[in-house]
Amino acid sequence: MRARLLWPLGIFLVLVVFLAIGLNLNPREVPSPLVGKPAPAFAAPTLAAPDKTLRKEDLLGKVWLLNVWASWCTACREEHPLLVAYSKQGKGTPVIGLNYKDKRDDGMAWLAKFGNPYVDSLFDLDGRIGIEYGVYGVPETFVIDKAGVIRYKHIGPITPEVLRDKIEPLLKKLNA
Amino acid sequence: MLKRLLLLLGLGLALLGPATPLLAKEAPSAAANPEVEKRMMVLAAELRCLVCQNQTIADSHASLAEDLRQQVREMIQQGKTDDEIRDFMTQRYGDFVLYKPPFKAQTALLWIGPALLMALAVGTLIVVLRRRQRLSDDAFDPETDPNLEADERERAPDAHR
Repeated sequence: MRARLLWPLGIFLVLVVFLAIGLNLNPREVPSPLVGKPAPAFAAPTLAAPDKTLRKEDLLGKVWLLNVWASWCTACREEHPLLVAYSKQGKGTPVIGLNYKDKRDDGMAWLAKFGNPYVDSLFDLDGRIGIEYGVYGVPETFVIDKAGVIRYKHIGPITPEVLRDKIEPLLKKLNA
Repeated sequence: MLKRLLLLLGLGLALLGPATPLLAKEAPSAAANPEVEKRMMVLAAELRCLVCQNQTIADSHASLAEDLRQQVREMIQQGKTDDEIRDFMTQRYGDFVLYKPPFKAQTALLWIGPALLMALAVGTLIVVLRRRQRLSDDAFDPETDPNLEADERERAPDAHR
């Protein structure tokens, strides 16, 4: 008799566990199938110089960060000071921007106003490079290794915690 | 009777009339080829818009959805098959873009889950019914049911017959 009364309680607890896991997952963070795969190739003009072309091959041999940003993106403003501070530390990891679906003037003005942490920014007016990289929520940040393989992707603004606990340890490992 | 039928027909045409240009307006760049547009919309309806996750790329007005519709349109014009286009999307955005995810180890529970629950429910029902079948008739009489307290037996609807 007692055991029978415990059944609903047991089922309830199982439901609570499932709900707890489900509600703590962030549905916005869809794991990228590109992690562990070679970064898609690109050859695009840079934001600052329309006649200069930056290619993926130019960056082979170093570990670098690809940060997707736009002047219209408010969440980018949130993470921007962190990127500026990081690039000022000069730890040797270049940050390449991907200026996503932006106007050239707006992008330049934005960098002039908030600081420019990027070695260079790719200018992706129609979002084609974005599609290649599976970008769906700006800002996004990729860690790409010396062989040009994507090792990590962060969706949404980088927080100091993400930089300290995820990105920096990975960079240290990849640079070793 | 005939008059009413004609009226209905006219009404139907009037409703259809403005609908067609409305649909066509959405895609100016490929208006030339309704065939491509039709295939694109079928494919787009299978793909999830990752910005507004509960809409398909066909439904969504997000700029990413527009870009992806354009991407699909161009791939169709290049002569890519539907499967090639689906692969293109999953390679970049993962299985999550497909409203009908493929069957594999990771998604097995998703596909088998409902059948499993159904089997569990039917199994439980069968076990319970079998058990009841083996009980004597007394178990279903409130006056003699040993599971009921004395006062509950009093309150049973046919206790004092």
